Amino acid sequence: MSISHDFRLSRRAVLAGSAGLAGAAMLPRMAFAEDQPPIGTWPAGSSGDTVNIGVAVPRTGTYAEQGEDELKGWELAVEHINNGDDLMKQFVPGLTKGLLGKQVALQVADSAAKPNDAVQAEQRFISENKVVLMTGSTSSAVAVALNHFADQQKVLYLAGISGSNDTTGKDCVRYGFRQNFFGQTAAAALGPVLVKAFGKGRKAAFMTPDYTYGHTVTKSMNDYLTQNGGWTQVTDQVSPLGTQDFSQYLTNIANSGAEFIINVNWGRDAVLSTQQAKQFGLLPQMNLVIPYQIPFLAKDVGADITEGVYAATDFWWTQEDQYPLAKMFVESFLKKYGYRPEWGAENSYVSFAHWARVVTEAGTFYPPDVIKTWEKGETMPSLLGDVHYRPEDHQCIRPVVIVKGKKASDMKNPEDFWEVLEVVPGEGLMQAPDAFGCKLGSYT
Amino acid sequence: MVNWANFLSQLFNGLVQGALLALISSGLTIIYGTLGVLNLAHGAMFMLGGYAGWVAYTYTGSFIVAAIVGTLFVMVVGVLMERGIIRYFYNRPPEDQILVTFGLGIVFVEAVRFFFGSQSESIPPPPGLVGITHLGFMVYPTYRLALFGIVVVALLVLYVVLYRTRIGMIVRAGIEDSTMVDLLGINVQRIFMLVFGIGAAAAGFAGIVNTPVVSIAPDVGEPILVQTFVVVVIGGVGSFPGAIIGGLIAGEIISITSMFNPGYAYVMLFVAMTLVLMFRPYGLLGTAGRE
Repeated sequence: MSISHDFRLSRRAVLAGSAGLAGAAMLPRMAFAEDQPPIGTWPAGSSGDTVNIGVAVPRTGTYAEQGEDELKGWELAVEHINNGDDLMKQFVPGLTKGLLGKQVALQVADSAAKPNDAVQAEQRFISENKVVLMTGSTSSAVAVALNHFADQQKVLYLAGISGSNDTTGKDCVRYGFRQNFFGQTAAAALGPVLVKAFGKGRKAAFMTPDYTYGHTVTKSMNDYLTQNGGWTQVTDQVSPLGTQDFSQYLTNIANSGAEFIINVNWGRDAVLSTQQAKQFGLLPQMNLVIPYQIPFLAKDVGADITEGVYAATDFWWTQEDQYPLAKMFVESFLKKYGYRPEWGAENSYVSFAHWARVVTEAGTFYPPDVIKTWEKGETMPSLLGDVHYRPEDHQCIRPVVIVKGKKASDMKNPEDFWEVLEVVPGEGLMQAPDAFGCKLGSYT
Repeated sequence: MVNWANFLSQLFNGLVQGALLALISSGLTIIYGTLGVLNLAHGAMFMLGGYAGWVAYTYTGSFIVAAIVGTLFVMVVGVLMERGIIRYFYNRPPEDQILVTFGLGIVFVEAVRFFFGSQSESIPPPPGLVGITHLGFMVYPTYRLALFGIVVVALLVLYVVLYRTRIGMIVRAGIEDSTMVDLLGINVQRIFMLVFGIGAAAAGFAGIVNTPVVSIAPDVGEPILVQTFVVVVIGGVGSFPGAIIGGLIAGEIISITSMFNPGYAYVMLFVAMTLVLMFRPYGLLGTAGRE
C-alpha cells in the first residue's frame, strides 16, 4: 500500500521537476546568468567538461568513523549523478549522465573535524580546482566556519552532519544549506516520546561536548524537558571534544541523583563516554538517551548497552520497508560498500541529490540563480517522503526519526540495532525562522 | 555536585588518573634528565604500546602477553630510535631535538594509521577484573582499581631500577653530570641507549594497560603528551619523584576542579603549571641547572 502511495508521490515529483525543467529552458535565465560578472568560482569552475566539489571531511580524530560513512554517501551520489542512476533520477527528473552535461568529481581532504583545517582545504580546492560546491562537516564548528567561508567566497556550501541550531540559526548564510535534523527538531521530536514513556518530573544528567553543537542540543533538549515534562537537569557535564577519560564527569553523575543520562557527546567521545558509563555501573542503572544519534554507536558499544535506549535520528536503514527510495538507496549502498548505510551517508546522498536537482532546474551553476531556485521552497523527494527547504534560513523541513535500541536477541541481522518507533513530520518541529537569529546575507 | 560523597569520589578518581600520568611522565622525565632531549614522540610511544599490545592480544587473547609485547616492542623502538637518530642530536641545539622528536611522533602516528586505520580499537579487561567494585563511598570499575595497583607496581619497579641498582646509580649520576660519568670510564653511550629504552617502555606499558579503559586510536597520545609535559614541569624536569608528585597533583586538579565545573578542569591544570613556573621555575622537586 505504502509503495503505491510513494510511487505516486515520486511520479508527481517527476512531473513537477519536468515542468521546472521546461520552465528553465524557456526562461531567459541562462542568458541572464551569462551576462553577470564572475562571482566566486563561476564561471571558471563550470567552463570545462567536469565540475569539482570540495569535500573537507574528518578521516582522522574523534569523528573519523562517521566521516568515512558520510564520504561514501557523497561518493555514491556523485557516481549516480554521473551515470544517471535510476535512484538519482527520482530526485533529478530528466537526469542523463552528469549535471548540465558535465561530469562531477570530488576533491577530498581530511578536516580532522577542525574548522581551520577544513577552511584551508576548501581554500585550496577553490584556488586549484575551482570547486562549484563545498561540503563536509561532522562537527558543527566546521559547518559554521564553512558557512561563513562560503558566504565570503560566494561558493555554495552544503552542510554535512551538523546538529547545531546555529548552522541555520545565528550562523546561517545565503550560501549555505542544510538537509539534516538538528538540536531543536531532535528535542521537539524526542521530548514528547520521553515524557510519554517515562512520565513527568524526572531527573536527568547531561553530557555535553564543549562547542556549538553540544551546547545548542543540550539547551534545546533541556528546554523541552523542563518546560513540558517538569524534568530537572541535575548536572551538565561539559567535556572538550576528543576527551578520552570521562571518569571525573561520570563520578559527578554518579553522585548527582540522576535517573537519566542524556548523552550529547558524539563520535568516539560518545562511544568512550557510553562504554565508561557502563564500566562505572551507571548503565543500565540509569536510562541512556541519545538526542542526536551517532552512526555506528550501537555497533561500537554493543546492543547490551543500546537496548532500550531512545534516540532521534535522520534515517535508519530498516525504513526501506516503508519507503521505496530508501530501499533503493540501502540496496545500492550495501552492494557497493558491504554494509547498510548510517544516517551520515543518507544525509550526504540526499543533500547532493537536492543540489543536483536545484542546479538542473536552475539550468546553470551561477550561484545566485541556484540559491534563488532553492529558495522557491518547492517540494522535493527525500528517502523519507517529500521535503522542502525554508527560504528564510535554508533549513530543510524534514522528518525526524525516533528509534529505540533492540535487544540483541531481537536483532534480525548484525546491523539490526534500532527499532523505528515514529517518523515525526518536520513541519511541527521547527522553530520560527528568526527564533535563532538567522539573517541571510546578500546574493552577490 | 559539591558534597562530601562526591569530593571523596573525585579525590579517589584523581589518585587513579594521577598515577597513570605519573608513570607516563616518569619515562619522559628520565629521558630528559639523562640525555637532555625533550622527547616529543613520547605520546606516540604511549600509543605504540597500545597498538603493539592490541595486535598481540588479537593473536593470543592473553592480556598478559599483550602487556609484555606492548612494553618490549616500545622499548625496542626506543632503543632503535636512540641509536638510529637521537644520538646524532645530542650536540645539536634543543630546537633541532624538538623538531626531530616531533617529526618522529608524526611518523609513528601516521604509520599506525596507515596499517590499522583511524578507527579506535580496544582490549577487554582481563577476566576477573571486569565489572564494578563497591568501595563504600562509591562504586568504581574493577579494572581501574586494578590499573592503579598495576601502575603503582610499575613505578616501584622503576624506582628499584633507578635507586637500588648499579645501572640506576649511573643513570642518576648521568642526570647530575654526564660528562663526569663519562670521564670515570663508564660507557655513557650504552647507558643513554638503555635510558631511552626504559623511558619509552614506561610510556608503552602505560599505553597498553590503559587500553581497556579508554581504547586506542592513532591520535590517542596527543593529549597525553600535553598532560605529561605539564606534569613534568610541575614536578621538576628530570626528577623521577617529581614526576610522581606532579602526576598525582595533576590528577587531583583535574578531578577536584571537575567537581565544581568540569569545563575548567584543564584550565586549572595550566594555571597550576603557570604558578609553579612563576614561583618555582625548576618545578617542585627540580633543581636549578639540571639539564
